Amino acid sequence: MPKTQQTNVRCIIDGKDISVAAGTTILQAAKKTGIPVPTLCHHPDLPVSGSCRLCLVEIEGRDGLFASCTTPVEDGMVIRTASESISRARKINLELLFAQHTEECKDCVLQPNCTLLSLAREYKVPIARFQDRKKDYPVYQFGPSIQFDSRKCIDCGNCIAVCKKQGVGFLETKKHKTWHETMPSADKDKDCVYCGQCIVHCPVGAFEAVGEFEDVEQCLSDKSKTVVFQFAPSIRSSIGEEFGLPSGSIITEQLVGAIKALGVPYVFDTSVGADVTTIEEAGELVERLESGERLPMFTSCCPAWVRYVELHHPKYIPNLTTVRSPHIILGSIIKQFWASEQKLKPQDITVVSVMPCTSKKYEITREELFHGALKPVDYVLTTRELAFLLHKKRIDISKVKKQHSDNPLGIPSGAGVIYGASGGVMESALRTAYERITGKKLAKLDFTDVRGQKGIKRARVRINKKTVNVAVVNGLGNIHIIFDELAKNPHAYDYIEVMSCPGGCIGGGGQPIPTNQKIREQRAQSLYDIDYATSVRTAHENPFVQTLYAKFLSEHASELCYTTFSPSKKDKPKIIL
Amino acid sequence: MVSLDVIQQLKNSGLTGRGGAGFPTWKKWQIVHDEKKFPKYVICNVSEGEPGVHKDEYLLDHHIDEVLDGILAAGEYIQAERAYIYLRSDLFLRFKKNIESRSTRTPLVCVKEEGGYISGEESTLISVIEGSLAQPKIRPPFPTQKGLFGKPTLVNNCETFYVASKVLQKTYTHTRLYTISGNVAHEGVFERSDTETIADILKATGNMPDFDFFVQVGGGASGPILLSSELHVPVPGSGAIIVYDRKAVKPFELLNSWVDFFMQQNCDKCVPCREGLYRISEMIKKEKIDNDVLQDILFTLMSTSFCPLGRSVPVPIITFIEKILYAKNTAD
Repeated sequence: MPKTQQTNVRCIIDGKDISVAAGTTILQAAKKTGIPVPTLCHHPDLPVSGSCRLCLVEIEGRDGLFASCTTPVEDGMVIRTASESISRARKINLELLFAQHTEECKDCVLQPNCTLLSLAREYKVPIARFQDRKKDYPVYQFGPSIQFDSRKCIDCGNCIAVCKKQGVGFLETKKHKTWHETMPSADKDKDCVYCGQCIVHCPVGAFEAVGEFEDVEQCLSDKSKTVVFQFAPSIRSSIGEEFGLPSGSIITEQLVGAIKALGVPYVFDTSVGADVTTIEEAGELVERLESGERLPMFTSCCPAWVRYVELHHPKYIPNLTTVRSPHIILGSIIKQFWASEQKLKPQDITVVSVMPCTSKKYEITREELFHGALKPVDYVLTTRELAFLLHKKRIDISKVKKQHSDNPLGIPSGAGVIYGASGGVMESALRTAYERITGKKLAKLDFTDVRGQKGIKRARVRINKKTVNVAVVNGLGNIHIIFDELAKNPHAYDYIEVMSCPGGCIGGGGQPIPTNQKIREQRAQSLYDIDYATSVRTAHENPFVQTLYAKFLSEHASELCYTTFSPSKKDKPKIIL
Repeated sequence: MVSLDVIQQLKNSGLTGRGGAGFPTWKKWQIVHDEKKFPKYVICNVSEGEPGVHKDEYLLDHHIDEVLDGILAAGEYIQAERAYIYLRSDLFLRFKKNIESRSTRTPLVCVKEEGGYISGEESTLISVIEGSLAQPKIRPPFPTQKGLFGKPTLVNNCETFYVASKVLQKTYTHTRLYTISGNVAHEGVFERSDTETIADILKATGNMPDFDFFVQVGGGASGPILLSSELHVPVPGSGAIIVYDRKAVKPFELLNSWVDFFMQQNCDKCVPCREGLYRISEMIKKEKIDNDVLQDILFTLMSTSFCPLGRSVPVPIITFIEKILYAKNTAD
């Protein structure tokens, strides 16, 4: 579409003269100028809904109050963001919101960042005038991953909007007696893929991952078990936010130190597992490119994406790479290789994965990943859960003693670290596949076309005389674009990365709240910064991984590194309370 | 210049929207006409969901040809690709065949209303026709610019099209439709002068009570309460006049009927309407009103609701409480 000429409009907000592009809302203009306006339902990832009625302002010459999120600035507008009427209306609406929201502050993941609570304090909201309207509402559980406590829901619709944006449409609003309720769909063709985007877009903590930290705490006090932690690539640049550090702060060694301070004796880096995934996946890609079969190959390390394919598009199951995801591979290596080196029995080891993800809680229950009765990974903690546990034990990650992850599984290549950002899996695999096919070193390791926050990224890569067409799907809601292209031309692509969460794992459903575009960019950039600063930037050149192959994996890769997929049916949500 | 003529005639007639909001009809038609984007659509709103209002149903029963003429004139004037008739479900069943079987220059398509009273609000009915949830949309953009499927759309009430047709046929005599109900001898819909006062209408239709009474005017949920001494004004809103026997009325039952209606018929999207109404209903059901709480909630309904439905809730409640409930208490 041709760009229409951009015009600016001027307005005055609280006495400040401001010029903004036409179409800018009063809320955007105020935020841009640093004037605070309280919001609850507003999330920059989503279309404006205007449901919470807190961002109220006055406009000179007009009666009443206006929601700044839905009112565009007009030339010459004189706007006030504070007045007696504004305070009164905000206070009453907050009180009404509070009265439908059943407070569970003690166990709430949003503590201490709860906007509702801090606004209630700021506006001195009386909390006792009304009974909680939703105190008898149900708590739902979706698979082994997500709980929706509808007693806390304030009906803002963000979860429904983001679920729709993800192309899932599992959450919906339905009229039940008097009310339109937010609830899981009864449609048998709509099921949760456990991506957890509802969690990071809920302003009041009504959604949360199924908690496993209590089980983990119990394991830590059980002396008959050796507890081993691993942490995903993206955690190192996100968890700092839970401790007040700027988003994107790289704190790999503090993270290891903090986990060890919990009493965990061994901590490994899942990025090393990512290096193994890359080597195997690049191998599979090369094979498929040579045979021309089962192309395009899709990545499969995102379990929400895998579930989406198994539920809705089983015809693409053969196209998924059969290589297991990094933490599953590392879990198996820990329990089988590392255990024997340590003279430990596999069943005496408990592996806990710290993941940016809620669907990883589902992934570890997939039985085709088990080795007999042995699970590669026993528990998954989200980034938020680990932070919660650290806070509980009064461990401040920003102050803890720095430590390295344990050898021999602790030092990844740069390629293993960028796995956490959308395009990272693709880039890592291309670095290795290129050298495997050509036998030559890449002059330039950076595939910048597949980086960044765009919904679909496409690139053509010359390898020898062949052009390899690749695409990166950033956010599950964009996959239909690729499916449409493939319906027209099944050979449009050779290799496609799909990450369900926007930005990839750095924007995962287990990550700190808030998560938005700017924060995702900062978290991702830090992973690329680590990659640049690392001397080994390809998986196959990682000397630790080379030793691992020489000692163990060459012989066992076929049984430890591959999996299967099969068509799946809806898993009915349960009411657990 | 036929089209200039249309606007001039509508302008001269002084016709404003008969759905209750009263926007000048010529202006709406002109804005949609002047939009450069195509296709364009016409929507005739026959959702008529408020208690005490039956004029649109009456029009379909007695003057359907004029209504459709008005729609088609609008369709032609704005060069609409299609005209939708948005009908309350019972009217949809009764009139769909009749309407859609006609061969007209602008195709007529009937759509069944979903979602109750709120879905008669113009941006909400557009959501419903689009197949989305019955919730009002953010304005701007207005339907005249970006309406149905993002295209310029002219939405008018059924009576507006009826009158527009009469204006263009030069048979308009400045009448409007009144629905009279309640404690009266002759309930019904009456077409009379649009400047007539409530008192005169009641007298002329043989409906002036000889007992102590009050009326609700405009609409049977959102309209204000007027005392028998306040009837020397024209009828606002959608033209309803509902007569109540003051002695027989049970105040909390009446209050409850309004609040219940809004609670059942709103979309539950915004906080004051969803939660505020519920808290008012709690107090009414207990027949114990905390005036501070009530005033707080009515204030936020009036000043912060997303759409006109929420903003209209306080009117009947405030006027009833001031004029009837408290007046009664002091009299006791």
